[in-house]
Amino acid sequence: MGSGENKVVLHGMWASPYVKRVELALKIKGIPFEYVEENLRNKSPQLLKYNPVHKKVPVLVHNGKPVCESLVILEYLDEVWSTGPQLLPKEPYQRANFRFWAAYIQQLLESIFKLFNADKEAHEKPLQEVHEKLRNLEDGVKEFYFPEGSPNHISAENLGILDVMLVSVLGPFRAKEEAFSVKILDPGKNPLLFSWIQALIELPLVKEVVPPHDKMVGVLQFLKQSGFKF
Amino acid sequence: MAEEVKLFRTWSSGYALRIVWALKLKGIEYETIFEDLTNKSPSLLQYNPIHGKVPVLVHDGKPVCESLVILEYVDETWKHNPLLPQDPYEKSMARFWANFGDDKLMKSIWQLFIAREKDQDVAAVEALENLKLVEEQLKGKKFFHGETVGYLDLAFGWFADFVSILEEIMSLKLVDGERFPHLSSWIQHFIDAPVIRDCWPPRDKMIIKFQVMRENYLAAATPK
Repeated sequence: MGSGENKVVLHGMWASPYVKRVELALKIKGIPFEYVEENLRNKSPQLLKYNPVHKKVPVLVHNGKPVCESLVILEYLDEVWSTGPQLLPKEPYQRANFRFWAAYIQQLLESIFKLFNADKEAHEKPLQEVHEKLRNLEDGVKEFYFPEGSPNHISAENLGILDVMLVSVLGPFRAKEEAFSVKILDPGKNPLLFSWIQALIELPLVKEVVPPHDKMVGVLQFLKQSGFKF
Repeated sequence: MAEEVKLFRTWSSGYALRIVWALKLKGIEYETIFEDLTNKSPSLLQYNPIHGKVPVLVHDGKPVCESLVILEYVDETWKHNPLLPQDPYEKSMARFWANFGDDKLMKSIWQLFIAREKDQDVAAVEALENLKLVEEQLKGKKFFHGETVGYLDLAFGWFADFVSILEEIMSLKLVDGERFPHLSSWIQHFIDAPVIRDCWPPRDKMIIKFQVMRENYLAAATPK
């Protein structure tokens, strides 16, 4: 299949966890794509045309047709590029299980955003919520994703939707912790999640996608100071 | 060996209704377990430990949670009478709009429903904007996917019922036929569609339930 038949353009923003999911998924599946960095304070006419409902990134444009919403895009990629690395398993019950946990990792991100939005003095409750979700996630995926109890099987060749989601949310966890002076991921409390994300961020493919630490700290602090609502 | 399908639901949950419709549309036999969410059964908490919510589908002892995840599971497991479009792009559009329905539309309708009188006009603006987007999607179509009921109709099904309940309780017209001809028409077709029409929860019970809910919200919002 020639490159002319499958033109893929990703509209994104370098710090957006939602965009990172799609970026990583495209790389895992070996799909060549063009990347367009959007200035979210001055959105391109193309972005507004392709995502008139939400006006947000990421937008994947495949042969001129836009697909919006990160999880919708991930499923679309798996269905169109159905040979080669797959983000979801084939069996329906396993698919349902992966979809459930992918959505749960998104809820974890929402809890982290609540933490970011809270005043420093009011950190305790949102932080508890984050830790509760981390605990649920650790216990939930243990049985079916890490039956040996450790992320020995993590490699560039077998990354799937849960790895993609985890990278998007916890890939820059140290930057988030530094920017907000909070402890999000404790290896003592979440040994499995900690070693899982460590294994992931060591992979060259993932390193290409996770934003540089200092740049991330900078943008998070800048956004918080300017009153941005995560 | 016969398959065992169980559905945990409540009498009024619109999310659970999606699965009732899906199973009936595919002619799948199942056992219903009605839950009282103020007194959850040990089974529900065992099958859905994270959220403790309905619906939960249990197929041969294995639980599936979250209504849209369950819909996809049902469609992938029982492949006849497909609910989702086959084409990947059409499928992505269906998922997009289902998310819109649950994230944006439902929130804005609910905000209008619990708004104090002085806040209703503002709340109505967002609700109406979202309704306009749904109206656009229905142009030239009887149901969301064409001539027959499918995934997106089930996803928006709660809305078909709730609109008239909201309108009666609040004494206002939200989806009027002139402003929203396609949406109005979809509501009529969907409410009366085969299988769909046999499953609606009792309207009088729904009116009471939501009236009480609204009164509680308004009372809590009133400054002391």
